[in-house]
This record gives sequence, structure tokens and C-alpha cells, in this order.
Amino acid sequence: MLAQLFGFKGGVKPQTNKAPSVQLPIGQAPLPSCLFVPLHQNIGGAPNPLVVVGEHVLKGQLIGGADGWVSAAVHAPTSGTVLAIEEHVAAHPSGLPTLSVVIEPDGRDQWIPRTALDHRSLAPERVREILRDAGVVGLGGAAFPSHAKLTPARAVPMQDLVINGAECEPFMTCDDLLMRERAEEIVRGIAIFRDLLGAKRVLIGIEDNKPEAISAMNKAVLRLAEDYAVVAVPTRYPAGGAKQLIRVLTGKEVPASKRSTELGVQCFNVATVYTAYRALAHGEPVISRIVTLTGNIEQPRNWEVRLGTPMRELIALGRPKADTDRYLMGGPMMGFEIPDLAAPVVKATNCLIAGSPALFPASPPEMPCIRCGACAEVCPHELQPFELYWFSRARNFGKTQEYHIFDCIECGCCSYVCPSHIPLVQYFRFAKSEIWSREREKQAADAAKARFELRNAREEREQAEKAERLAKAAAARGSERKPAPASAAVLPPTVEPVQPVAAAESAEAVSPSDPDTVRKATIVAAMERARAQREAVKPRNTEQLTVEQKNEIAAIEARRAALKPEPAAAQGGRADSATSQERPGE
Amino acid sequence: MMNWTTPPYLLDGQASVRRVMLQVLVGLLPGIGAYVWLVGPSILLQLALATISALAGEALMLRLRGKPLSLFLGDGSAIVTAWLIALTFPPLAPWWLVVVGTLFAIVVAKHLYGGLGQNPFNPAMVAFAACIVSFPALMSQWPALGLKLTFAEQVSIIAGLAPRIDVMSGATPLDAIKTALKLGEGTVDVPTLLATQDVFGNFAGRGWEWVTTGYLLGGLWLWQRRIITWYAPLGFICGLSLLAGALWLWNPQGFASPLFHLFSGGAMLGAFFIVTDPVSGCTTSRGKLIFGFLAGLLAYTIRVFGGYPDGVAFAVLLMNLCVPLIDMYTQPPIFGMKNQR
Repeated sequence: MLAQLFGFKGGVKPQTNKAPSVQLPIGQAPLPSCLFVPLHQNIGGAPNPLVVVGEHVLKGQLIGGADGWVSAAVHAPTSGTVLAIEEHVAAHPSGLPTLSVVIEPDGRDQWIPRTALDHRSLAPERVREILRDAGVVGLGGAAFPSHAKLTPARAVPMQDLVINGAECEPFMTCDDLLMRERAEEIVRGIAIFRDLLGAKRVLIGIEDNKPEAISAMNKAVLRLAEDYAVVAVPTRYPAGGAKQLIRVLTGKEVPASKRSTELGVQCFNVATVYTAYRALAHGEPVISRIVTLTGNIEQPRNWEVRLGTPMRELIALGRPKADTDRYLMGGPMMGFEIPDLAAPVVKATNCLIAGSPALFPASPPEMPCIRCGACAEVCPHELQPFELYWFSRARNFGKTQEYHIFDCIECGCCSYVCPSHIPLVQYFRFAKSEIWSREREKQAADAAKARFELRNAREEREQAEKAERLAKAAAARGSERKPAPASAAVLPPTVEPVQPVAAAESAEAVSPSDPDTVRKATIVAAMERARAQREAVKPRNTEQLTVEQKNEIAAIEARRAALKPEPAAAQGGRADSATSQERPGE
Repeated sequence: MMNWTTPPYLLDGQASVRRVMLQVLVGLLPGIGAYVWLVGPSILLQLALATISALAGEALMLRLRGKPLSLFLGDGSAIVTAWLIALTFPPLAPWWLVVVGTLFAIVVAKHLYGGLGQNPFNPAMVAFAACIVSFPALMSQWPALGLKLTFAEQVSIIAGLAPRIDVMSGATPLDAIKTALKLGEGTVDVPTLLATQDVFGNFAGRGWEWVTTGYLLGGLWLWQRRIITWYAPLGFICGLSLLAGALWLWNPQGFASPLFHLFSGGAMLGAFFIVTDPVSGCTTSRGKLIFGFLAGLLAYTIRVFGGYPDGVAFAVLLMNLCVPLIDMYTQPPIFGMKNQR
């Protein structure tokens, strides 16, 4: 089918290196000895574990429930036993651990009962829930929960549904092979998204360096008698960026400040569509994905890999060559170096590349910027990267925002062409994270200030009330013993009630015969204040805790509760709420 | 440095500062070829002198600033500056003039401002301006047309061993028109001058018109290689032609044609090799157009109404001052924000 193409500005044409990994069909990766399934594999809320250690799970069983609307469930990739729920190194450039469910497969690969559903017979809300609970997220690499993208904007009619099969990153071929081999399921899956969004037109964009995928998709569209347009788009990185593909196919430019639905268009990756179809039509949650294993290895190939498979075991299938010095997850333009091969394959793992000094030569030394503007020419978002670079370098973060740093998609085109070999993207990431952290600090400071003022007001009020109480009590006692001197009887109410010391003194003056009661009351009040202050400043980090830490804290709290049955429980509750508010200020 | 790499892991292996600078040098070759044909090999001597001085000055300053010599000396930027200086100075100027000019450009105009990429003014134009102000006589001594000197004679003149003979101090075509009009007091007109005087050729200065055509060709090649963009050169050519054309149409007796002006003096060199300097020029497309256009207007104004034989250097320096302002006001709309103005 023909469609008018719009093109986008900028972009680069690196060597694609896609041929080696498309020689063989998609292979089924063998069952690993142990699976490490991270609970947090999506953008948004981290799912909570729903299984316990020692529990036997079935293939496809829910092991982590979606936490909130922007979140997605996690499932057991095979049947077996939960060995542990513990911190395990994540598929992340930091190499930090994340809470993972460790499953030892029993080898039976036994499914949970599955029910096939037709989305047309279900309420749209129900379909979105099913997708969330099946763990359907964007498999292009962003891992954003798909159901959260399936609500059309209220004011704007949904025009176009863009299906992204562009796959512009060099080396990567997982979407190519999926389209070649499973085109029909993708085309069937598109109907789910089209119906939920009420899109009038469906445009499937595929880079023109994938003629086999284009023809397979075209055939599937014809066979299923759909009116989708399969459009070959010019091969130019980053044509597969959602905003670039939307621009190329529809001419619409989605600014950073808007959602694409506000312009009547939405975009999904082909692999996401495929998993959505499997989830509805076969009742199979997302427990595996296609991963391109390529680069400096003997046998480049695409594998269907169970999520949680340690990367080391997958990479061994490709037999890395001797001079391999690193592994990348994702493409060479936007991917990252994997710090630890114990990290598992996750929903965002679209590609693993074995690197060598020959394949990815070290960048030549950085030179000063000569303002040549090559970066601005290739920037697909038409930014002025060199300006952003100077402002980032000078830590002039206000200016970076004026020059739209948050419109940068970190595609790497600028770094790719820079004749001075400046790692521009790194500067932009630095600036963005500095801005975020300053924003957080500012919010925390504002919150702390508000809290501080509130507490001052409360303390003043409490002290005033206490002083009044004490004064009244003293006056009452004094009047019981003997008729109060006229002066004493009038004095307490006239004393400024906000000054407890003055009040206490006056009380003492009123009843010199009973100083003990007054002193005791004062001491109790002072202790009370001191304790409240201690509680308030006690550091309490409740974010990013490891399981051991959480358990330890729970144990301590339990002991504390046992020691001080009544007041501790009451105070503990109060202190908790106070400190949890306190935390961001630290 | 950390042994940690960051994305993108693929880089365009071709891109480097050295490659950019080398291509600029290649772009100068057609003009240099015509120059050699016109005045003989003395210009090559000047180019060599300038190159050596530039590299020496660069090495000295890099050492003083504690920068790696091997990295920066090879980037070619100093050689581009050197060649532009040699090509704008009189070809038989004494050796020390080009050496002083080049050192001034490298040491003061470039490194004292922070070195590569940091200089607000075009170093070659700073050198030209400084020298024409300091040594106006020497900077105006151009070899008279038809002066045939052997290479040995040229060398001895440049070295200061031979007397600077009078026949050598000819005027440039631009100067010739200006002086004749001034002396003639209304009795001479431009068309007659162009037709009768030896110094004028087919459409500009005799011989020189081919040198400037060489620069044009080299510049077009750079544009085709995407080393430069068309905005600044076109702006410059338009600015110069617009003013020249308006005055020429108004009074063809008193003003030379735009064609004459485009192919005289430093116009073509300026359009393709000087206003296109990325470091001291504008960075946005619209900014480059404005920068070039105003530089063209200024260059014409200075060369026709000012006291100096040519105005490109001063025009460029004046416009260099305006670069931050122009850039600030010509930021292009970004992706997705084009309809929000």
C-alpha cells in the first residue's frame, strides 16, 4: 500500500550489522538451571511478591502483582520451586541488585490453566486489566505498561495507530525475525489495540532494509483481510523512535510536553502487539521474549528466552570469541554495558551484543567543541546539542532547560558525528539528573519548611494549653486549702498563657505550699518534648531497603512494641507518621 | 580516565577535527594554484613561513597551557589560520610581517582566549587587521602586474636582502578604482577605467579574478562535502551584491558592478573560508544568513567608503562581536514546537 511519507530532520546512518543474526530462525533457548525473575521490570510501580519461599509455582503463575495503574504483573516463566525472594543483580548499568524471585525449574514446564478470550466480547476496561495482569509492557526497550497507553484522549479523536517495526538500532533483529515468523499473530493483535483506542487507520512502519519482514506482514494483512497499511520507511537511525516514526508516517510531531494521544495517534512495538495477542487469545502472560544475540560471537541468532534467564547462560549459546571484552544490552547507540553477566534477561532485553575492541573501538580523546554544528544537523529533535553541552559543562542548568534539554531522547546521533569526540549524551544525562535531584531537594526543603512551621505552631499551642491547665489546677488546689489571696486569684488568667515558664512560676507563686506537683508536671512536660524531638530527628530510611534490612526493622519494631505495651504502641504510631513525613527532608 | 565506556558505542570513524581542517586546506588549493600561476612561487614561501610560525606558536602556547601537544598540534586548525593569513597578506611582504601576523593570531587571538574553539574573533582576520593598522605601507605593497621576478629575486625581496623596488608597489584593483575616482574628481568614470586600465581583466582585477574564482570553486567543493553550509556564504554574497548592485544601478559611472566586487579583494575568500569559520561565526541557520549578510554589507561599505583597500577583515571582526546576540535571537523551533510561536 502506498502512503505519503513525511520524513524527520536529522538522523545518522551507521553500519547496520544486521545480516549475521538473521541467518537462522528464532531458536528456543533451553531451560536454564535457575531463573532470577526481577519483580520490577516495567516503568512505574514495582510489583509486590505474591509467592513465598518454598512454594511450587506453575508456568505463567502470577508471582508479582501490579502495583497501581502504571505497573505490570510478573509471572513464573516455568514451573518449579521458589528457592528465594532476594536481591539479585539487575539488568541495569549500575549493576545494583533488585528484588527477584529465584525459581528452580522442575523440568515439567507445566502451564497454569489458560483461557482464551476474544477482546470484542469484553469491556474495554476489562481488556486493559487483562493486559496489565498479563504483564504486557513495551518490548521495544522502554518497558512502559501498555494498558496505560490504551486510553484515547478525551478531547481528541484517535486517528492513527502506528505499529513500530522499524527497528533502527544497528545489530538488532528481534523484531525483524518476529515479523518474518509470526506476522499473522501480530496482525491479529493489532485489532485489540485498534479497537481499544478506536483508531481509524493503522500504519505499520518497517525500515526498508527488512524486505522479508515487510512482505511477511503484507501477506498476513492480506490473508486476514485487514485494511492496515504496511509502510516501508527509509532506513535512518533513529527512525524507530516512537516520535520519529509517528512523524514519518503521519506528519505529526509530538512535543515532549504532550502525549501522542493528545494528537490523536498512538504507537506500539510489534513485539508488544504480539504479546498482547498471546495474552488475550491464548491466556499466556509475558514470560519470554525474543532476544537478538549477536556481535563478536560464533553463532549470532535470535532466541526466544524465558525472562529471568541469566545472561551468562544465554550468551554461552552463541559461543563468544576470545577477544570479547564486554557485553551490551540493547543496541550500540542507546544500549548500555552490562556490569555483571549474572543479571537476568528481562522484558526490556531486546538485544545482547558481544563487543570487542575491533567492533566498538575506543573513542579517540575528547577535543574542545569547535561549534561546527554537526550535532545540530543530526539531532532528530532539532535541538542545539552544542549549546546544551556548554550549558551542562558550565552547570548552567536553567539555560539547559531553556534550550529544551528534556526534549533530548538520548539517541546518540550527536555523539556519533561529533568531530571532537565529545560524549555529548553523557553531558545531557548529567544535566538532567542534576536538575531532577535539585528539584527533589527543593520539594523536600519546601515540605520541611512547611512541616517545621506547623510543628512550631502546634508546640506553641500545646504549651499554652498545658500552662493554662497547670495554672488552673494550681489555682483550684490553692483555693481548696485556703481562701486564695485576691491577687493570686486574678493573676493566673492574666499571665500570658503562651509562656509556660511564666505560668509555672505564677502557679508556684500561687501555691508555694505545693511546689512538688508543679515541678513534677514541668519535668514531665519537658521530657515529653525531648522525647518528641528525639523521635522527630531519628533517621529512618524506608526506601531502597534490602529484604534483610526490612526484616530486621520489622523485628526491632516487634520487640519495641512488646517492651512498651501501651504508650509505646500509641507513640510508635505517631512517631511513624511523623518520621515518614520527615524522611524527604533528610 | 575511567575505563568505562558510554553509549553510543558506535562512532562515525571518519569524523575528526583534523579531517575537517584538512578538507578546508584542500578547499584552498584551487585558489592557491591560481595564485602561484599569477605571482609565482613566492606565495608558497609565504605559506610555508606562516605554517611554521603557526605550528611554533601553537606548540609554545600548548606547552605553556599544559595541553597535550600531540593531540592539538595535529588538529590542523593552526595551519588553516596560517594559510588564510598568507593568502591575505601581500605575496612579497617581508618575511617577518607574515611571521609576526601569524604569531599574533595564534598566541593572542587564539590561545589567550582559550585555544581551539574558544576564540571569539577569527584569528586570521585579527592578524590582518592588526598588521594593516600597524604596517599600512607594507600591507599595501602588492606586486605590479607584469612584474616578472625569478624565484631567487622573490626570495631575496621577502628575506629583505634586495631593495623593495618601486615597480613592486602596485595597487590592488579595488585600490586602483578608489584612487582614480578620488584623483579624477568627477572627470573619470568606472566603465572607462575598467576598459582602459591594465590592472582590470574580464570581470575584475586582471589575474586576481582567477584566484578568487579558485576560492569560489574550493568553497563550493567544501559545501558539497558538507564541511560548510550555504547560509553564511550566500548571506555574504547577497549582502555585498545588494549594496553594490543598488549603488551601481543608481550610478553606474561612479560605482563598480557587483560582479567586480565579488571577484575582487577578499570577497570570495571571505565568503567561503572566513565567514564560515564555525568557531567565531554564528551557529544557527538563520544566524549564519544574518551574520553573512551583514558582513557583506559592512565589507562593501568599508572597502568603498572607508580608508582601507578592502573591508572583509574589519567587517568579519565587527560581526564576530554580534555572534552571541544573533545566536540568541535565532534559535530554531524544536521538534513538536513549530506551531507555538
